[in-house]
Amino acid sequence: MSNALSRKFTPSKVGLAIAAPLAAAIFSILISSLAVIASKKSPVDAFKTMWEFGTTTGSLMEVINTATPYYIAAIAIAVTFRAGLFNIGVEGQLRLGALFSCYIGAMFVLPPVLHVAAVFIVAMTFGGLWAAIAAYLKVKRGVNEVISTIMLNALAGGLSAYLLSKHFALVEEGSNNLQTKELPASAQIPDLMPLLRKLGVEDQPGGGVYGMFFVAVALGLIFWFVVNRTRFGFELRASGLNPIAARVSGVNSKKMTFIALVISGAIAGLSGLPEVLGQTHSYNLGFRAGIGFSAIAVALLGRNSAGGMAISALLFGFLEVSSRALELIDIAPETYVIMQGSILLSSVVAYEVVRRFRLTLQSKELAKVVQA
Amino acid sequence: MKKVFRLVAVVAATVMAATAFVAPATAATKVKVGLAYDIGGRGDKSFNDSAAAGLDLAKKKFGVAAKEVTVTTGSDSEREDKLRLLAKAGYNPIIAVGFLYAGPIKKVASDYPNTQFGIIDDASVDLLNVAGLVFAEEQGSYLAGVAAALASKSGKIGYIGGVRIPLLQKFEAGFVAGVKATKKSATVDVKYVTEPPDFGGFNDPAKAKVIAKGMIDKGIDVIYSAAGGSGAGNFAAAADAAKAGKKVWTIGVDSDQYLTASAAEKKNMLTSMIKRVDRAVYDVIATAVAGSSVNDVLDESGIYGRVYNLSLDGVGVSYSGGYINKYKAQIDKAAAAIKSGKIKVPTKP
Repeated sequence: MSNALSRKFTPSKVGLAIAAPLAAAIFSILISSLAVIASKKSPVDAFKTMWEFGTTTGSLMEVINTATPYYIAAIAIAVTFRAGLFNIGVEGQLRLGALFSCYIGAMFVLPPVLHVAAVFIVAMTFGGLWAAIAAYLKVKRGVNEVISTIMLNALAGGLSAYLLSKHFALVEEGSNNLQTKELPASAQIPDLMPLLRKLGVEDQPGGGVYGMFFVAVALGLIFWFVVNRTRFGFELRASGLNPIAARVSGVNSKKMTFIALVISGAIAGLSGLPEVLGQTHSYNLGFRAGIGFSAIAVALLGRNSAGGMAISALLFGFLEVSSRALELIDIAPETYVIMQGSILLSSVVAYEVVRRFRLTLQSKELAKVVQA
Repeated sequence: MKKVFRLVAVVAATVMAATAFVAPATAATKVKVGLAYDIGGRGDKSFNDSAAAGLDLAKKKFGVAAKEVTVTTGSDSEREDKLRLLAKAGYNPIIAVGFLYAGPIKKVASDYPNTQFGIIDDASVDLLNVAGLVFAEEQGSYLAGVAAALASKSGKIGYIGGVRIPLLQKFEAGFVAGVKATKKSATVDVKYVTEPPDFGGFNDPAKAKVIAKGMIDKGIDVIYSAAGGSGAGNFAAAADAAKAGKKVWTIGVDSDQYLTASAAEKKNMLTSMIKRVDRAVYDVIATAVAGSSVNDVLDESGIYGRVYNLSLDGVGVSYSGGYINKYKAQIDKAAAAIKSGKIKVPTKP
């Protein structure tokens, strides 16, 4: 991808790098403003309200908490993207991971750190096993993983519903909810509030940051290191960029496909845990649906890079959380969905336009070099 | 639109105060009601709209101000944020529509002990300032089952639930019991639109229509849909069947769905099992206006609220359209037996 020419920094190149996200942001602000105007409200009020509410300390904590599962799930998806695959099954993998880790995790008590580790292993095992079905079908039977993972999502939904309602759930008197047994304290991940207090952050009503935040950061670093700095990562990227060339040069691309999907599923299994281990402490009917799908957008927007996905996860989290205040000024909260959608669409378009522009620029420079 | 509402409410309150039949509006207008809907929000023609109707009535009667919010992603943290925003802005009482609010309301209500909260369909929050507002859906569904059994010619009856959760299984259990008690040989085909955690079954008319069509093809001629917005699919399937010369009765749920049905659908709308969410919402607001709260003791462990059953007229069947007028004697008899405790309606299938 990168060549000697593009490594040099020139003002025009820096400008180009900023151009795409900037154009995308402006475009999405325009689109969502139109949507707000169409409902006869002032977009200025809308953005002001979102900003004011979204930047309070309590909301920022919530933004991080929302972004954490998005980020972990986006890494899961990026692993497959880098290998030229597309795991749409994160939603199902994380659901099974969360369900089984809550059910199995509540069956025993271990020392605190060990217990959390055990819960992680359970979540990764079930997420990975579920993805392994798609991996097997892909490698042995040539079934497209996009199709199989989508269908496995539906199966995971049905399976988790069956297991929860028939086998795993305890019903609390007077409640209409179904939930697994509460995880013992040793399996819960403590909130980061004590740490934040030391840093001078004040307590917020209902606030707090999930301890899983650190797990997400660590996963991001590992992802960056493994993909960019190891032989395994090179083979992963190679089989994604050009499977035939990779095979010719000695990479077992079938093996890479299998491994990439299973690793992706294992990471996906973890992405259902932040809320479960940090807040609800059990899997119940209110388990958040849709993380696995939003994460696809996060991975796309972040261009599958560890840093880019962190920014896009935080951006999605910010839009989601800050838009919660919109209803208080009678603006539909769904406005944020329009924002997310238009950001994604416009960034894809903008990056493509910039890529083409850069190509013509490069060929011109190349022509100059050749002439000289 | 909201401004118009407020204007109407204020005018109505002034007029009523002037006629001096109600409590002075000046005291009442201080009450600011917060209403948090479940997914779907106002406009679902069923569960949430029933809550909205209660609010609208209270606005008209007491001139209260109100703020309505809806969840979009449906996560616990979103629900908590929405309740917290309302509490912080001084709304009191705050009513949450749907049992998934139980966890979040517990947290927010502990932080705002001076704000009165109400939650529909849950009686598990043991706080003084949270009123659990629950319904005996099985009792109303039992009566709907009686009507269904009497109206069915084929003796084959269908039940379409929105999502297979314990709450909806209460409807199922009551309905099946009502059918069986009335006509022993009758059969009830039970189907759910989706399985949890997929709550899409409350808002998927297309899928419900396919299910209803399958039931009609099997000779089923009365279908009860307890499925929120998905019920529209059931009504549409019956209307299609009517065009093909086949009579299929439908039974609506939560609100009196005859009132919002199209002309073609009205012809087949046998009745609706009414769940008076509107009354529960209204009661919370009315007691707040009077400076009190809905606080019947539900459980010695500290659960307060109210159980809306047949005796309290919290559930029942509607007679709109007049199709079940001829069964009224039987329905009333069953209702009396339930009220007196002679019939114990099951809550689990």
